[in-house]
Amino acid sequence: MKRFGSMFAGLLRVAFAEAVAYRGEFIVWFLATNMPLVMWLLWSTVAEEAPIGGFGPAEIAAYFIVTLIVRLLSGAWVVWQMTEEIRSGTMGQRLLRPLHPFVNYCAENLAAFPLRLVVLTPVFIFAAAYVGGGFTSSWAQWALAPLVILGAWAIGFTAQLLIGALAMHWQSAVSLMDFWLGLYFVFSGYLMPLALFPAGLREAIAWLPFPYMISLPVQTLLGQIDTAATLRGLLVQSAYIGGFLLSALLVFRAGLRRYQVFGG
Amino acid sequence: MISVSHLTKHYQVHKRQPGIAQALRSLWKRQYESVRAVDDISFSIAPGERVGFLGPNGAGKTTTLKMLSGLLHPTSGEVSVLGHVPALRSREFLSSIMLVTGQKQQLIWDLPPAETFELNRAIYGLDRAVFKRTLDELVLALRIDDVMFKPTRQLSLGERMTCELAAALLHRPRVLFLDEPTIGLDVTMQGVVRGFIKRYNEETGASVLLTSHDMDDVAALCPRIIVIDHGRLIFDGTLSGLVEQQRPEKRVTLRFGEDVVAARLQGLGRVVDQAARSAVIQVPAGELRGVVQKAFAELPIVDLLAENAPLEEVLAELFAKSREARA
Repeated sequence: MKRFGSMFAGLLRVAFAEAVAYRGEFIVWFLATNMPLVMWLLWSTVAEEAPIGGFGPAEIAAYFIVTLIVRLLSGAWVVWQMTEEIRSGTMGQRLLRPLHPFVNYCAENLAAFPLRLVVLTPVFIFAAAYVGGGFTSSWAQWALAPLVILGAWAIGFTAQLLIGALAMHWQSAVSLMDFWLGLYFVFSGYLMPLALFPAGLREAIAWLPFPYMISLPVQTLLGQIDTAATLRGLLVQSAYIGGFLLSALLVFRAGLRRYQVFGG
Repeated sequence: MISVSHLTKHYQVHKRQPGIAQALRSLWKRQYESVRAVDDISFSIAPGERVGFLGPNGAGKTTTLKMLSGLLHPTSGEVSVLGHVPALRSREFLSSIMLVTGQKQQLIWDLPPAETFELNRAIYGLDRAVFKRTLDELVLALRIDDVMFKPTRQLSLGERMTCELAAALLHRPRVLFLDEPTIGLDVTMQGVVRGFIKRYNEETGASVLLTSHDMDDVAALCPRIIVIDHGRLIFDGTLSGLVEQQRPEKRVTLRFGEDVVAARLQGLGRVVDQAARSAVIQVPAGELRGVVQKAFAELPIVDLLAENAPLEEVLAELFAKSREARA
């Protein structure tokens, strides 16, 4: 375990250097993630006439500012990197190392977190000034918030590992990611608070992984759910992460039997 | 150390003609072709051996190396490397081997090679002191002290290749698979890389299996060669054995102090090339001594060189015979 910890620390250090080298791309991605701001504008206009489902203009603003923060902190991109490496054969270089490629990908994604926090600092300041009292006053919720944000990232990351691993079997696996993203945008609470969905649909959505990727962390930070509900959400997150990871490992392992490691 | 028995690898390759109609047709009806990349080959390599693995493009060399390094699963047959089955990809196995390809790199493109070295230190769990000592040796031998702190993307091909070798050897692999390690390098860098590989093999006792289209690599590094064509093994033996088998003749280059007409060369052997003051003749190896004596006695010789036929020619002849046999 100590050896793994030391190795992972080494991976994180190099991956952080790489993340810094790609800071330009990162900042472009950061600036391009503006959908919550558009939604804020849209829903605020609607809510100005009358509150919708308990959301007035102030609640709408708080919701989408925090959604922006959660999205920027929990975004993963491993599926594009992985499918490209499988397609071009550069995955072979990872496979030559005595380390599962998933561990390497994990370090590369996690190492970008410090950079995300730095880039997000102005958003944090703006959120503190604008949302202010809208945040939860529960210390327990504040303590759990980093965990549910990490969980939100891990659901997306492991689901992407699974889709990426499918690329060893199916050339067009990356198109599944478009399908996943479509569902994610609608059912995670990214485009609208889930409270605005009809009750029956909300219950159905709760069985999907998506609400635990945006809505759960946002509601935790805004104190819209109690600590018990956040803990339940963490359990569901863990189940999804475990399920996706196990599936990804099995699909990847099966894929190794047929993977051709294209190129010279 | 390396044992390969009846190794076979077949690929399923999707084939289709160009054009929109064919593209649409392939949506519901795909044609696949089974390609025998490696077809029932067997050989073994002892500890410390340096072996050239030769063959024309598409012969199955790289596919074999990928199976030996655990990247590809064989269709059938058995492979054992250092007592491990490569396809199982055990940590111990992967920590003991390395595959270096001239066309794929492990160096992180936007970071200096030093960062890749550090990454490999972490992945292979190398002790800091051992890592530093090994790296110092590699830096000295490969002359990369100037370049290892520049971003990889800014390095020349030769600089990248030497750094690639350093990254690959930090964990001191006991088996080294090299796929075209000198491709694209200039003569100086080729010499550096060849010299380094030979020294690494002699100092560590590591086995080296090398593919290259550059016969100078093979001649400089490999006392033994294995030749495959269309996935089938067609020769396994020493380099001199191959030449003796394919071209038992010696090639004698003569230089004269004055002009010599063609008629005066008759009786020496088959004239391969002739100019006014030089000629190349081919003679059976057993008759070389007599021919040389006769040439000195009868011709105004100022210089004479007797050598084997060029390896490229010998191999081309071997491949041609293999093609005829298949036909």
